[in-house]
Amino acid sequence: MNEGTFEPRLVGFLCNWCSYTGADLAGTARMIYAPNIRIIRVMCSGRVDPQFVLKAFKEGADGVLISGCHPGDCHYQEGNYKALRRYKLLSRVLEQFGIEKERFRLEWVSAAEGIKFQQVCNEFTAQIKKLGPLNLNERGDKHERS
Amino acid sequence: MVHLTIDGKKIAVEEGQTILQAAAKNDVKIPTLCYHPVVEPYAACRVCLVEVELRGKTDLVTSCNTKVQDGMDVRTKSERTLQARRLNVEMLLARAPAAEPIQHLAKELGIEGTRFEVKDPNEKCILCGLCVRACEQIVGASAISFVDRGTDRKVTPPFGEPSEACIGCTACAYFCPTGAITCEDKYGRKVIHSELHLGPTTAIRVPIRQAVPMVPFIDTEACIHFKTGECKVCAKVCDREAVNHDMQDQVIEVDVGTIVLASGFKSFDASRIPAYGYGRYPNVITALEFERLVNASSPTGGKIKLANGDEPKAVGIIHCVGSRDEHYNEYCSRVCCMYSLKFAHLIHEKTKADVYDFYIDMRCFGKGYEEFYHRLLKEGTKFIRGRASDITDMGLTEKEEGKLIIRVEDTLLGTVRRIPVDMVVLATGLEPGLDQNQIAKMFNISCSQDTFFLERHPKLAPVSTFSDGIFLAGACQAPRDIPDTVAQAGGAAAEALALADKGIFALEPVTAVINEELCSGCQVCVGLCPFTAITYDKGKGISIINDALCKGCGTCVAACPSAASQQQHFRDAQIFAEIEGIFLV
Repeated sequence: MNEGTFEPRLVGFLCNWCSYTGADLAGTARMIYAPNIRIIRVMCSGRVDPQFVLKAFKEGADGVLISGCHPGDCHYQEGNYKALRRYKLLSRVLEQFGIEKERFRLEWVSAAEGIKFQQVCNEFTAQIKKLGPLNLNERGDKHERS
Repeated sequence: MVHLTIDGKKIAVEEGQTILQAAAKNDVKIPTLCYHPVVEPYAACRVCLVEVELRGKTDLVTSCNTKVQDGMDVRTKSERTLQARRLNVEMLLARAPAAEPIQHLAKELGIEGTRFEVKDPNEKCILCGLCVRACEQIVGASAISFVDRGTDRKVTPPFGEPSEACIGCTACAYFCPTGAITCEDKYGRKVIHSELHLGPTTAIRVPIRQAVPMVPFIDTEACIHFKTGECKVCAKVCDREAVNHDMQDQVIEVDVGTIVLASGFKSFDASRIPAYGYGRYPNVITALEFERLVNASSPTGGKIKLANGDEPKAVGIIHCVGSRDEHYNEYCSRVCCMYSLKFAHLIHEKTKADVYDFYIDMRCFGKGYEEFYHRLLKEGTKFIRGRASDITDMGLTEKEEGKLIIRVEDTLLGTVRRIPVDMVVLATGLEPGLDQNQIAKMFNISCSQDTFFLERHPKLAPVSTFSDGIFLAGACQAPRDIPDTVAQAGGAAAEALALADKGIFALEPVTAVINEELCSGCQVCVGLCPFTAITYDKGKGISIINDALCKGCGTCVAACPSAASQQQHFRDAQIFAEIEGIFLV
């Protein structure tokens, strides 16, 4: 797959209260953004288990987005802070697995920020397009064979 | 009770009252000058003299400071009384011939001129000392007093200079019975006179006629009591003893089940648009100022007047000030078109002025609104379609001299026009309240991009928020007019009542549960829970989740090292399956 036709597959974990509503707003407002992201709704960004991110990469994701409420705005008071802590740790682990840290992203998108969600999706898709496919499984296979 | 006779009428009054008070209560009028009900009587002017017969002895006494006694026979209109009063007033007339109240009093008593020597024909002061007593007893400042003796006696601040003790309350001028005291500040303006202020000027007042609740409040900045600790005249004259100067601000905590947020809006600050000259040109006013002006209880009595008191000959109304403008607010404030039309109508009704209405689009969306617009068209309002670019007082022609000129591109004519007017009303838009973000934080609700509160769903839950039990009403959610606000507030109140009436609350079914078999009792989850829903059961050696407290955020699930904690409907297995599902396609 060359860069021109490469369409990255992105997974987004969006919190129910802010980012999922923000994405919904982008949709109801008929905003056009890169169709590469597949959204999984969770109640809170604090629900995102690091395993989910690893699993997504394992299944073939080229990038993973976690998006929650702005700091201080969490519906569950502090779930987004927990997501931030896990994000920092997991980023380092991912790098050790050979997954560029640019492929894993944390964003704050409020329920009113349909435009921001559009921007984040477009930017992230463009960024991953530049990085190229992850091909984690192929790399993994090679490692096993050697 | 004390029994006495006044002018032949038998009356009974409480003990300790003065003759003057007893007479006043029984509608017997005794003239006074130096008496005021809230100041201690001093009997200086001798105008309130009455003839009193007690135990066979007849005497002339000052009624203001003589207490009633049993068996008194008071004669307020006897020949002896009137004769003495006439003599006293004649002497006062010689002392203060310029004082109008004394002239009136003299006329009433049939005195024509005075036989005594007039020292100063412009004198008004009768040296009654009411001002001195008021300053001492009421104000507590003691800034003025008598100086010198005999014929040189006069009232003055120390050394005849403005006193530091004077708080500028002008109580002395208010109390002076003869108008001898005038207060002026050093800039030569009159002080505390209503013509200088748009609003009421007393320290205790009802803020506006339409105030809810309709009760007075004390303006502690202006109140004499809060400056000197004295006065309290309002409390003295209030029969119901409703005035309390010791009240403090209180924080009251109320336990409630549901909350309706109706925190309202703030009017757009027109001075943010310098081109319209609000604040520079006195005849450029905002919608709320115009509203105050045309109100029947306004300082002009509802008359539309310019700053110089003249009636305007031409008025311009500029729509969308701060609204529908990417520099300020992109949204339409909804209410301005209709209130602008109302203003145009009122101007037509109250004046003969030409009304120019500068609009972008006429948004008459409600019931009967479009009809009202057509009525205005018939009334002769000149509608100009185009956003006014600026207002200037630089006239280019004779016709424009002394006028405010509104420059506008008339988009229907396709030309730039200059419209000279006398008054400009800026139809300022609605903005979220100043503390909107603080309130949002406090109630853990969201704001939309324009900072108005965000409803849970624009169609399915328009008055609910993301926080259960908190509902929205009115302009805190979006600009809206009164009918819409009332309708929406009714909806919010009904939702709030429905929840309160039910008495039970349905929890989201997404709570976390702990699999007792898998839990190792590591207690990682206990510290993570923001709602303290998880406790450690020492007996069983496992963590337990309280269903009623768990809100279902799932952060404990994400942290559980043995996957013992699982969130219902968001189980690990379910989300893994979702991830797998994504890549099947």
